[in-house]
Amino acid sequence: MSRKLYIKNSVVIRDSKIFRNEELLLKTNEGLSLSSFLKAIYKEQNLKYPKFFKMDSLSKLGYLGVEILSKGNIADKQTALVFANSTSSLETDEAYAASMKKFPSPSLFVYTLPNIMLGELSIRHELRSENSFFISESFDPELFIGYTKILFQQEKIENVLCGWVDLHNNDYDVFLCQIALSGGTDFNEEELKKLYLPTHE
Amino acid sequence: MSRNYLLSDSIISPLGFGTTENLAAIRNSESALKLHKHPRFFEEGYYAGLIGDELLDEKFVKIGDVYLYTKLEKLIILAIQKVLDQQPDLDLIKTGLIISTTKGNIAELGKNNFSADRLYLWKMGNMISDFFGFKSKSIIVSNACVSGALAIKVANDFININKFENAIVAGGDLVSDFVLSGFQSFQAISPQPCRPFSRDRKGISLGEAAAAVLIGTGKSKDEEQIQYIDAVTANDANHISGPSRTGEGLYKSISSLLERNKMNPGEIDFLSAHGTATIYNDEMEAIAFNRAGLSMTPVNSFKSYYGHTLGASALIESILTKHSLLNNELYESMNFTELGVSEELNIIQHTEKKELNVALKTASGFGGCNLAMLLKKEG
Repeated sequence: MSRKLYIKNSVVIRDSKIFRNEELLLKTNEGLSLSSFLKAIYKEQNLKYPKFFKMDSLSKLGYLGVEILSKGNIADKQTALVFANSTSSLETDEAYAASMKKFPSPSLFVYTLPNIMLGELSIRHELRSENSFFISESFDPELFIGYTKILFQQEKIENVLCGWVDLHNNDYDVFLCQIALSGGTDFNEEELKKLYLPTHE
Repeated sequence: MSRNYLLSDSIISPLGFGTTENLAAIRNSESALKLHKHPRFFEEGYYAGLIGDELLDEKFVKIGDVYLYTKLEKLIILAIQKVLDQQPDLDLIKTGLIISTTKGNIAELGKNNFSADRLYLWKMGNMISDFFGFKSKSIIVSNACVSGALAIKVANDFININKFENAIVAGGDLVSDFVLSGFQSFQAISPQPCRPFSRDRKGISLGEAAAAVLIGTGKSKDEEQIQYIDAVTANDANHISGPSRTGEGLYKSISSLLERNKMNPGEIDFLSAHGTATIYNDEMEAIAFNRAGLSMTPVNSFKSYYGHTLGASALIESILTKHSLLNNELYESMNFTELGVSEELNIIQHTEKKELNVALKTASGFGGCNLAMLLKKEG
């Protein structure tokens, strides 16, 4: 039997703004570089996690988004991670490829896989749970809903964290949501699309 | 829920263009790993399993335009074509396509042979999907070195929620300067062909290959078939590039899998390990296998035949495990000398005939990911 699922919380990071549950949480100067924007969020959220400074920008986006979504604590250690994006780790791939010309950088190379972000999140929140990373051209609600439902059917789990964390040429697009057995919003394609891309500001 | 099987398959590798050739090479203890020159990164050269462009194009020209596709796309298309040749009645409208890769067309980065969007894995997926005319968009799995087995799990799971009736799982990766220099920057590349689980192991060898397998409910009731039972993933939550010292994630994936399927370790006849031949990976696996009660289970690593084929490796090894079960054959863990891990393991030292029914496939990768999958012979 499939259980009824809900979207409990969501986060959007886009165009120098952060929304939590559709409310504007932070707005920075649009002229900020990506790295300054990421640092500004870290500072504003009063985070203290030195590993942050070693991460590539893709992992930083995922880390910051999940800190904001979970308010710094994923209590349920069985929470599964279902993540996807469009450009994989291409941003860091290009940086690593540039380093190859002189001295290939092992610290960049390790980030040339998109699922490293899942490793970072698992370490930060001590999750030894199910992890999967998919690639699709654009945000694909059907993929998230399908795979999340499967995980709830197979496992005795109560939470899945769905994440769309994309970054290329400094363009970032982050949408995270916590899926659970209770919550305010039905977990369906229409609601996911609305939360991902609100038509009104 | 339907029961799904690993049906027709193919492996395209330096050991042969097709599973039969690959199995013949394995029985003859042939390895794809040869010494290649690369003055820029390796003074003494490096060992890897490479597929020559000329040979590839000679095969590909029979089914498509060699100039329209990248090397990796051609390999994966050839692998899928070989599966379709064995399944002339397969309805592509009802068939999903799952693609497993870590780096896709990364070898094209900085070159101008193809449009820049070919670096996107989904674009590569579209090229492959459109070649055959699959109706639904391909699902791309990119989860480091567990990708190939994870893609089989994804195929099974989506069939069970009726997203499609059956699915082709295809995967591949190349030995590019990108990955060669990266693993070399970690000092992870072995100066000799890799020696999984051996005391004298000195790191990995890389390889390139593609493979494909049809996952579906199967029709024949008379023939023996290999059923996909279940798979579980678990993260180490320990380190992004180094395996856990306690084998936590791998142990957890195996123990959850056995528990969920009410099986005990004694029922497993064969264990296909990841076995990359780095000091830390093989040690981690040995610890996890022992914690899971698998120290007596016959185990091998196929890496000494192919090298580490990254996103293709767990897919190829799952296909080989399928044939191991069907043929009642345990394949030698080649290049093994003397056990070089802290825990006991029952390494397969000679290819031999043995009645086999249940196998466990495991894989682990960067990002702390681990996967365990059960396959079972039926019929």
